[in-house]
Amino acid sequence: MKDAAQGSRDYDWWLIAILMAICALGVLEIYSATHASGGLEGMHYKQIRWLVFGFAIMFALSRLDYHLILDQAPLLYVICLIALGSVLVLGSSRFGARRWLHLAGQDFQVSELAKLIIIIVLARFFAEVRSDELDLRDVLKAGMLVGVPLVLILKQPDLGTALVLVPMMAVGAFLAGLKWIHAGIFTLAGVLLVGAVFYPPVSKHLLKPYQRERITSFLHPEEDAKGSGYQLLQSKIAVGSGGFWGKGFGNGSQNQLGYIPVRYSDFIMAAWAEEQGFKGVLLALGLYMALLLRLVQNAQRAKDRAGMFLVMGVAAALGFHVLVNVAMVIGAMPVTGIPLPLMSYGGSATLFVFMAIGLVMNVRLRRFVN
Amino acid sequence: MSYWFRNDNRLPQTRLAIVSYVIVGMIGVLLLGFWKLQVIDSDKYGQMAEQNRVRSIPIIAPRGRMLDRDGRVLVDNRPSFSVLLLRDDPKLVEQYLPAISDGLGISIDDLHDQLQNTRNLPKFQPIVIKPEASSADLDFIESHRSDIPVLEMLSVSRRRYLPNGFLAHATGYVGEASETQIENSNGKLRPGDVVGKFGLERQYNDILMGTDGMRRVIVNSIGKEVDHLTQQDPIPGKQIQLSIDMDLQQVAEQSLGQRPGAVVALDPRTGEVLAMVSRPTPDPNDFAVRISAKEWKQLNEDPLKPLLNRAIQAQLAPGSVFKIVTATAMLQDHEIPESFTTYCPGYGMFFGRQYHCYVYYAKSGPHAHGPTNLHEAILKSCDVFFYTIGMKMGIDRLSFYGDKLGIGHKTGIDLPSEESGLMPSEEWVERVFHRKWYLGEAISVAIGQGAVTTTPVQLARLIGGIASGGVFKQPHMLKDVKDVPEERFALSEHTIGTITEAMYGVVNEPGGTGGRLKLAGIELSGKSGTAQVIGYNKMALVRKGTKFADNAWFVGYAPRRNPEICVAVLVQESGQHGGEAAGPVVRDIVKAYYDKKNGVPAGTVTAEARSTSSVNGTAVVAPAVAIKENAAASVAANPADGNGSEQ
Repeated sequence: MKDAAQGSRDYDWWLIAILMAICALGVLEIYSATHASGGLEGMHYKQIRWLVFGFAIMFALSRLDYHLILDQAPLLYVICLIALGSVLVLGSSRFGARRWLHLAGQDFQVSELAKLIIIIVLARFFAEVRSDELDLRDVLKAGMLVGVPLVLILKQPDLGTALVLVPMMAVGAFLAGLKWIHAGIFTLAGVLLVGAVFYPPVSKHLLKPYQRERITSFLHPEEDAKGSGYQLLQSKIAVGSGGFWGKGFGNGSQNQLGYIPVRYSDFIMAAWAEEQGFKGVLLALGLYMALLLRLVQNAQRAKDRAGMFLVMGVAAALGFHVLVNVAMVIGAMPVTGIPLPLMSYGGSATLFVFMAIGLVMNVRLRRFVN
Repeated sequence: MSYWFRNDNRLPQTRLAIVSYVIVGMIGVLLLGFWKLQVIDSDKYGQMAEQNRVRSIPIIAPRGRMLDRDGRVLVDNRPSFSVLLLRDDPKLVEQYLPAISDGLGISIDDLHDQLQNTRNLPKFQPIVIKPEASSADLDFIESHRSDIPVLEMLSVSRRRYLPNGFLAHATGYVGEASETQIENSNGKLRPGDVVGKFGLERQYNDILMGTDGMRRVIVNSIGKEVDHLTQQDPIPGKQIQLSIDMDLQQVAEQSLGQRPGAVVALDPRTGEVLAMVSRPTPDPNDFAVRISAKEWKQLNEDPLKPLLNRAIQAQLAPGSVFKIVTATAMLQDHEIPESFTTYCPGYGMFFGRQYHCYVYYAKSGPHAHGPTNLHEAILKSCDVFFYTIGMKMGIDRLSFYGDKLGIGHKTGIDLPSEESGLMPSEEWVERVFHRKWYLGEAISVAIGQGAVTTTPVQLARLIGGIASGGVFKQPHMLKDVKDVPEERFALSEHTIGTITEAMYGVVNEPGGTGGRLKLAGIELSGKSGTAQVIGYNKMALVRKGTKFADNAWFVGYAPRRNPEICVAVLVQESGQHGGEAAGPVVRDIVKAYYDKKNGVPAGTVTAEARSTSSVNGTAVVAPAVAIKENAAASVAANPADGNGSEQ
């Protein structure tokens, strides 16, 4: 079929504006967090390079009809499983986890690509469900589709990324017409599972030692000296000491003196909150809210269910990232290693977001097609 | 076009709307979390951030120096480094203890003890875990700045004393403030602070100790200083000038040698102490840093009691030196005529018991003094004469005069822990032993035995004061003190004349017990004493096995009236008579005093005084140079005691 996309007028310029604003905040804070510390200077330039690359990929993806992509979902799924499998065998190990695959001179975090593919696969799966209600058999099928890659990602181990798959699946199922009674049961099961994770006698069978440690240090930060409890505390001190107005750009002592852990990446929101204060947080979280709502709006105007599921899969992934990362920064959740989309420094994670938004634009561009 | 999405445009608008509300709610909850931290608890976290980045590092104020009366340095400071442990984060400390123990060579147990001992102090106060860091320790800290963020170096100044315990008991020593001292200091002292523990260091601690300064710096997350906030400069301690004359001190140290005992030389006109020695002595440099509990225990339990300042703390029977008190009592009371004479056959019979005169045991010559008057009794130290006086006067009169002359009272010298000695009396016996006074006891007391005890400084003050006409200046260690307290005891000119005449005779008349001490051109006078360490009764009980040698005393002064210098010397358990063992020390010091006064170069004097000794005299008293190792080396190189000329 011919490409039915419209002209540039049909791009969601609001979405792009919000995207660029968030990226700008990220680059500013990466600069502030790294310009004065030896060995990290110039990181913001690297991030800008990733952003430019990301925008390019985003526009490229938006030109390719998403129905063609959805057509290839089974193939993509197989590729995804092979990639995840090979990372376990061949991947390079950093910080005790196998997450990276060396490709074309760059290390890629395969699980980022996996997230994107699962969004596509789920969209295709839910779009194929013909009825308005989702029966349990379909839920189980979807669960298995997600379950296999989820287990592979857990094996790396990368609990954070694995967890992202859960809301993608949940939101998809909800929109596909999950019965309220089932929704209630699954929510209850989820709550019980979270409870079990925090309950040591059970969690020792479920979690790796380092994961249990993080849970413990989250619950009892004072018992953890230099570990993640210390990180959470330093993050809270950074956020709290920022006050309403903030300490000013480049003036956060927690940030500049290195008390905030990985202040340019996972904890960038702590650095931002310290230097820009509550007013800065209001701006940043406002932008994220606008981004997410804009995605929902795109979903509402999608031409078909498949497009809607694609957009909402992206929204679920991004929303979950924001929730878990920001909650961690204010000490409301344990350290999971989930970056803040578009603000945190990082190549693979940034590319994932842009490719995902590219899919969203793809859907929008085709909303008026026949 | 694939089959699966054709015309499938039923969108769940309601559920999409629900998702929007969930998004808004989620952002709202996150904002509430930020509001709590950034607005409600902002002050608390602000303070925590400040504590994170600002670290206070003390700058230790140097202690004041001690100078001798001519301005030569007796006690100084030297630069040194201490290792501090930052305890803000106990878990962090615990984690690094093994590495610290390894790197600094401190046992884990020791570190745990130190942490345990300081557990009640505020966490932000660092503690000193190694007071004297070697250059290897400093390298270790510097190279592990990033991976062991709990160590810090502190530049301090340490006390430097003259080696070999020169003047050690007078200067005393410093140490880390004890927990009690810290509690009693109203916050002025902190753990690890160095304070005077003994001697002048303790007496004048408030003057010598300065006020520490404080440096506030900004540190990054790995503990590296990145900026400097404020600096409060330390106020150094003030120096004090002692009345000690380093030259005389040198002679005194050498002359007493390593014999256990004490020397006090003072100027009776002012009360200024010119020299003070106590033996045996520790080296205070050993505890200028930190002494281990074990070493400390050893020093404390050493039967020779090296920590005791015998010059002010040894309470011993004065022996025949006390006869000056008995003689003074006899002359002042007029009940016994001055012409009173006894016959000494070598012993006396009192209350049916035989009391021997020391002459009875003489190794050579006659074993009796024969007819003896007061002058001869002092000269020859005849016990029988003074037994008789004691019996006739009774304890009441003896203790009245002993008390007036200062026995049983602290002299008030400006050194801590002075002892008072004891002047026994009927009242004392009743109070302490709940019994009546035995008349026979006065006989022993009259010759300085029995229960009477004195300290060397007490005897120097007593003899010097009598020779000064009954004016007793309070002994003190600082030079040029105004309004020195004094006590006056009205003694008749006749009493003073008679007694000083006799004491002049002790040295200068034939038959005097200090006959060998005569110095050409100097009116050296004095009184010897040879005191039994324990009484005759007790000695009979323990005689088998243990040998108890006598304590030798000599208190000498010059000139014969209104003396400029008075020296009390105690040589413990020397087994020799006072005139033999202690007398030459007095003579050496008095000689050195006059040589210095008359401008005769030191050294030659001592050589002359030691004419029979084999020591090369010119090297004996090197000109004392402050804080130079060689000053004390010359002491060490000449271990010969000052008794070379005795036999």
